[in-house]
Amino acid sequence: MDRSRADAAPVVEARDLEKIYRIGDVEVRALRGVSLSIAAGDFLAIIGSSGSGKSTFMNLVGCLDRPTRGTYLLNGRDVGKLSRDQLARVRGQHIGFVFQGFNLLPRTSALENVELPLLYQGVGARDRHTRAAEALERVGLGDRLDHTAAQLSGGQQQRVAIARALVNRPSLLLADEPTGNLDSQTSLEVMGVFQELNQQGLTVLLVTHEAEIAGHARRIVTFKDGLVLSETSPSRGRLACEQRSSREEHSA
Amino acid sequence: MNPAASLRTALRALRKNKLRSLLAMLGIVIAVAAVMATVSIGQGAQAKVVQQWESLGANLLVVSPGSLAVRGVATGSGATQNLTRDDATAIERELTSSVLAVAPVNKTPAQIVYGDQNWFTQVQGTTAAYLQIRDRPLAEGHAFGREEDASGAKVCILGETVVKKLFIPGAPVLGEQIRVKHVPCKVIGILTSKGNAFGTDEDDTVLMPWSTVVRRLIGSQSDAVGKVMISARSSQHVADAEREVTALLRQRHRLSDQAEPDFQIRNHVEMQDAAEKNADTMATLLEAVAAISLIVGGIGIANVMLVSVTERTREIGIRMAVGGRSRDILFQFLTEAVVLASAGGVIGLALGIGAAQWMAVKSNWPTLLSPPVMLGTILAAGLAGVIAGFYPALRASRLDPIEALRFE
Repeated sequence: MDRSRADAAPVVEARDLEKIYRIGDVEVRALRGVSLSIAAGDFLAIIGSSGSGKSTFMNLVGCLDRPTRGTYLLNGRDVGKLSRDQLARVRGQHIGFVFQGFNLLPRTSALENVELPLLYQGVGARDRHTRAAEALERVGLGDRLDHTAAQLSGGQQQRVAIARALVNRPSLLLADEPTGNLDSQTSLEVMGVFQELNQQGLTVLLVTHEAEIAGHARRIVTFKDGLVLSETSPSRGRLACEQRSSREEHSA
Repeated sequence: MNPAASLRTALRALRKNKLRSLLAMLGIVIAVAAVMATVSIGQGAQAKVVQQWESLGANLLVVSPGSLAVRGVATGSGATQNLTRDDATAIERELTSSVLAVAPVNKTPAQIVYGDQNWFTQVQGTTAAYLQIRDRPLAEGHAFGREEDASGAKVCILGETVVKKLFIPGAPVLGEQIRVKHVPCKVIGILTSKGNAFGTDEDDTVLMPWSTVVRRLIGSQSDAVGKVMISARSSQHVADAEREVTALLRQRHRLSDQAEPDFQIRNHVEMQDAAEKNADTMATLLEAVAAISLIVGGIGIANVMLVSVTERTREIGIRMAVGGRSRDILFQFLTEAVVLASAGGVIGLALGIGAAQWMAVKSNWPTLLSPPVMLGTILAAGLAGVIAGFYPALRASRLDPIEALRFE
């Protein structure tokens, strides 16, 4: 990715995005005109109840789906009209996904899971190993390379998933309810990882329905009925690591 | 994703489901094993038949006296005595363009005695041309010539089996006197061994000059011969030779154009062709069975692949989310199917060859392993994998990544 271009244009530039699903004869208007911009280095949380359109928006931003109407520029490039395979290429090069259910390949080592995106980029075997190991070290799992999902705790699995999302050096990290399957302590740990990555310059888009989790972001956008309802900025406060240490003091 | 990475991914996926992979292959394994075993046994048998025909002599025509119908009752071939030594001589003298060699043959069973050993076998009275026609060179000694035939010389050539029955191993054979029936006889040659052809031991025989057998052993003054063996100049000359011999014999026997011939000619080339045609028919049938088995095996693989695609929907979603294109997914599942089918083919090949060898040892059946057939079978198995895997792989590649990721 050309750094100067990324600086010039916002990473995500959505203009009047609409998404209409047709289920039988019924039209479902999941998004009804959302405009949103995410600058490089931002940490945005989208919050909303189920059916608010936040997941649909996430899928569009993640290039998993195409909008019915409106334009979506990723790093200044219009990706709304790309073909399936072109979208796959964009995903592989510019986007990292973290899911609620971790979505690691079963019976596959952490290292191999993290290597997966590089495999589709045509990166050679030796390079793949090095970069995947580096990514795992970055999330604090440098000593768990050969563990399979079943041998890792929920928090560790999510860290592997984050490493997988980082390994192709994406311009945007998408996290869809990343703490939904984790207890509150582990949730804080994982949010801490996101904040750390964001401080290192990574643009993060988080989707959640928990206000507390959203509070770790720099900006919070609330979705309702397929529209942006409001936007707030938590006063850059709640660092997950501080919160964690204060909790530890409490429990001590 | 490059092919090597695809292959590794496919192998890893198959290893993770060993039992299922094994069951998926089973159809192909059994199909290929059965085909390999039957083909190698069939080809072995065919090769043996061809070899046996060739061992009878190249481009061979056999003339025997015809059957004689006595008041409408056929008496079978050889019942008449109208094929004579002179007929044989005439063929040899007059049909030089198409005929290479002619030998009259009269057989008689005889007790043979040497020292305190004795053996019972067929004695064939013939000329030296017999050795050429039947392609039976002498291992030792020399053949009898025209004078020995004319004078009814008391000489003989022994087959290997007869030598073994009469003589102690290593003892001198050539020049020894043996007794054939009541006639003392000098051994002047030993035939090279030829083994079995169509169930008869070709080495269990004694050759003597024609006149010695007919005049001395049988004690007949007749010139009738049991059969005349003719070798055509080449396989192209066989048909000509047959036609010319027929014309000559009809003329010599003074048969009118409408009359049934009083002799018959067996054309070994034709019989050989017929045998080969039969073998070809069997081969075609076998190919059909092989094709059907491979189809059934392919259905097994398609079935397992469809289940596998459904079961791994989420994996497909993940792969798509991290940048896997439709064709990467298509290729991955296609590779899995082809690997399954080819591995099944290789295992089946090994089992089939093993089974054929086992049969060969156990039942003493000849088997023949043909590399082109082996290669063809593996390729056909691989092709079955491509066809069987295509639809499941296509389904996998067309999944919607969002739906696939949500799949429970």
